[in-house]
Amino acid sequence: MAEFKQAPADAPAAQKFLTWIDNRFPLTKLWNDQWGQYYAAKSFNWWYIFGSLAMLVLVMQITTGIFLTMHYKPDAATAFASVEYIMRDVPWGWLIRYMHSTGASAFFIVVYLHMFRGLMYGSYRKPRELVWIFGCTIFLALMGEAFMGYLLPWGQMSYWGAQVIVNLFAAVPFIGPDLAILIRGDYVVGDATLNRFFAFHVIAIPLVLLGLVAAHLIALHEVGSLNPDGIEIKDKRGPDGHPLDGIPSHPYYSVHDIFGVAIFLTIFSTIVFFAPELGGYFLEYNNFIPADPLKTPLHIAPVWYFTPFYSMLRATNDLMVNVIAAVIALATVSGLLKGRFGGVGKLALGVGALVVIVLLKTFDAKFWGVVVMGGAVIILFTLPWLDHSPVKSMRYRPGWHKGVLGVFVAFFLVLGYLGAQPPSEAGNYVSQIGTLVYFGFFLLMPWWSRLGEFKPVPERVTFVAH
Amino acid sequence: MSEQVDQGRRTWVAIACGAGAVGGVAAAVPFVSTFQPSERARAAGAAVEVDIAAIKPGEKLTVEWRGKPVWIIRRTPEQLAELPKLDPELADPKSLRKPDELTPEYARNGWRSRKPEFLVVVGICTHLGCSPSDKFTAGPQASLPNDWAGGFLCPCHGSTFDMAGRVFKNKPAPDNLEVPPHAYLSDTRLIIGEDKKA
Repeated sequence: MAEFKQAPADAPAAQKFLTWIDNRFPLTKLWNDQWGQYYAAKSFNWWYIFGSLAMLVLVMQITTGIFLTMHYKPDAATAFASVEYIMRDVPWGWLIRYMHSTGASAFFIVVYLHMFRGLMYGSYRKPRELVWIFGCTIFLALMGEAFMGYLLPWGQMSYWGAQVIVNLFAAVPFIGPDLAILIRGDYVVGDATLNRFFAFHVIAIPLVLLGLVAAHLIALHEVGSLNPDGIEIKDKRGPDGHPLDGIPSHPYYSVHDIFGVAIFLTIFSTIVFFAPELGGYFLEYNNFIPADPLKTPLHIAPVWYFTPFYSMLRATNDLMVNVIAAVIALATVSGLLKGRFGGVGKLALGVGALVVIVLLKTFDAKFWGVVVMGGAVIILFTLPWLDHSPVKSMRYRPGWHKGVLGVFVAFFLVLGYLGAQPPSEAGNYVSQIGTLVYFGFFLLMPWWSRLGEFKPVPERVTFVAH
Repeated sequence: MSEQVDQGRRTWVAIACGAGAVGGVAAAVPFVSTFQPSERARAAGAAVEVDIAAIKPGEKLTVEWRGKPVWIIRRTPEQLAELPKLDPELADPKSLRKPDELTPEYARNGWRSRKPEFLVVVGICTHLGCSPSDKFTAGPQASLPNDWAGGFLCPCHGSTFDMAGRVFKNKPAPDNLEVPPHAYLSDTRLIIGEDKKA
């Protein structure tokens, strides 16, 4: 334990009180470690606002969520009506509900931009692997949270969206059908499913999310934030031991973040007040029809934030499985010819590839669709070990690396667009190409990320005082 | 720290940890078990009787059985005549895949039903459980091939089925639509969920 501190006799009452607390709980220490004396590079640009915004949206979702549970009924017979009751009869209920529904989409916008910032500046590189992994786990938990929350209004899209996603688990060989029944608690999506999704949505996943956010921040504040130049500010310290290019987060970044929050809330409020459905993207029109287990709406699509992954699921048919098998065969042949490893390794590679190809042809394309969709999220976790570029930041990587990242983002957006559209033959071919580009970006990264002419990285961060 | 390890104590610590882990896993069993369908949900699976007299040729009637839509379609002679021609385009024209789950013995034929005129299938896509939409009109239309002969289109992932609920090749759905156990109690009365009483 630290030594017992004593405030000067003439100190103000507030300081005496703080000293009293600090002797019993490390309040000042926590504040200084996590924010007040947390040194971040002074060269952050606006891409660095999305972490704070994600925190803001999390708090907003929890607050509005608590108030919604006071009126919502997790019962298949009354759920839909209780949401309409909140919208029409509960004073200001419409505002709380629209804040919550818009907040869900805002959360994903902010998180996607936050992740793109990481991709651009190499924020996941050593020693920040765990920051990235905690972040990916948050993304995964957030997807579960959003999916389960979407069932609660018990509209047509809620019902059929849940039906499709739960049936994804039924595609798992051998245990699938029983697993799907265990998730639903019934043979079809029903009251039991709604009730348990409510429990997961309002307590189980939020608790996990809060724990993960704490882990993400503790890990970040341990290793320190990176910066747009991708260099370690801790390598250049001043006489006081603090990084020369760093600045305490408070008050400098407190003020920055408040400015960012003001801009964010302006856009957010505009959507909440003037376009809460945002043309059917934030709240789908079919979800204003109560759930009908006998009739699937003519056009069903998940909410926009899931559509890139949903496109990949749809793209995986028998043709796609054959293409994947061919790609694996090609990769194996080139590995056997050019690989710099011994006979045992080559034998293992050959046998492994053969087993995978046999499995690909054994199980249904449906199961592989699920694997592709899940793999698209899981592959993010491995990013710190896929990137072999000698510099972290895109700024100092060869120009065509920016092009590769651009193509990746463009295809991700195209996949997102196609996932919201009705299925079509041409769209399916484009989705298949998009899926290959998505996985190619990651799986070929160990090779492409080290190719090309890298620019010299500066000693100190690029910063112009303003 | 001393170099000496008390092996006896270490063994007991290991045994205690092992026993604790077994206890923890055992305690999880009742919690996971609550996820199973309740007794009430299990009981709600009775057979359904349907009067099919009012269905006109080319029409479909939907009834609910175990929470799922079951379609009863009265096919026209033209629709029945199209069925054998489609065989090369179908993934499983003879209903050979998972026959015990999907196609009862009396429906393992070219039209997948007891009586050629009436098709009885569960209206749930074998891909991910959406209910396909009726596309009985032949000819080119959105999301369908130009030589479409009439059938069903799943709005979720674009799987297509013919007028016998058989899935077309190279679609996300792996299997034909399920034919539920059913039997005719009389010419106009059908029971869904049982096939022994016939």
